[in-house]
Amino acid sequence: MGTRNFLWNSAKKFFTIGLIGLTVSDRYFSIVPVRGYSMSPTFNPQISSSTGSLTDDRVLVEKFCLEKYKFSCGDVVVFCSPSNHREMHIKRITALPGDWISTPHSYDAIVVPKGHCWVEGDNSVFSLDSRSFGPIPLGLVHGRVTHIVWPPQRVGKVDKRIPQEHLPF
Amino acid sequence: MSLQVFRHWIPTVKDAFDRTLMVAKFFCSLHVTNTFLCTCALAMGPSMLPTLNLTGSLVLVERLSIRFGKMASGDVVLIRSPEEPRKVVIKRIVGVEGDAVGNEEATAVVPKGHIWIEGDNKHNSRDSRQFGPVPYGLLEGRVFWVMWPPEDFGSVGRKVENISLESAGCQKT
Repeated sequence: MGTRNFLWNSAKKFFTIGLIGLTVSDRYFSIVPVRGYSMSPTFNPQISSSTGSLTDDRVLVEKFCLEKYKFSCGDVVVFCSPSNHREMHIKRITALPGDWISTPHSYDAIVVPKGHCWVEGDNSVFSLDSRSFGPIPLGLVHGRVTHIVWPPQRVGKVDKRIPQEHLPF
Repeated sequence: MSLQVFRHWIPTVKDAFDRTLMVAKFFCSLHVTNTFLCTCALAMGPSMLPTLNLTGSLVLVERLSIRFGKMASGDVVLIRSPEEPRKVVIKRIVGVEGDAVGNEEATAVVPKGHIWIEGDNKHNSRDSRQFGPVPYGLLEGRVFWVMWPPEDFGSVGRKVENISLESAGCQKT
């Protein structure tokens, strides 16, 4: 009887913790690992395996920005991939609705449509981003990356940065 | 003396903590049910006219089939508008990835990971015919039941394209 009581109590405790944890990670903050090196040197500056390891960066994602969907150029965001809804990507917003952006492989400039944004990785060579799939709807964004929390020697704030080649526009 | 005072306060603090935890638990379970199982939504506007009311219908939305990828064409869905991220709209899926959609003049194939949505009321609906296919990730839920108004009470099923066209015609005449 005692063990059953104990099991029941701990199950209840785990359930409560899970419930609160899920809510907090859904509404306020969550921590996600960064895979790959498309955002190097901001995240994962050293080459890592794509399967994930302990040396991968963990980042803190805040979700308060989803109340108003107000972002600014240079924010690093987590978003759901437009071609596969099970994948999440981390990229930097380089243009917001109404901004002009130059498309790759041509000298054209297009305007980012209403409610969309243009995302690019910091490591433009290894990054699958808006240059291949075009502007993405802001509704796909799931949060903004604010801090690096792991590994310990790289803990710090993630700063806004606008890539140099976009400044003239 | 001070210790005595603290000892006096301990039960009150414990009680307050327990109650706060209970309230927090209640709101957390509400939130989790709302975001992962099902929710209700108020549908307004003319774009889904024969199926949903113009002046507002209360609908039940389930979120499980999105997660398990069980969406097919014909489902009525709740979807975040690609043009205005703060707005959520209700439309019907007309094509999933790989389907050919469009009318006599122009057809298009829905790209990978995207869906094609249209309102039931073709003449007054802003949908994929204007802004093109939308990513699957924008889906918020599947509408499965109408609660209000009472005369529409009942399930909202999967309907294929030509049937929905017919019923729209009936409504007009």
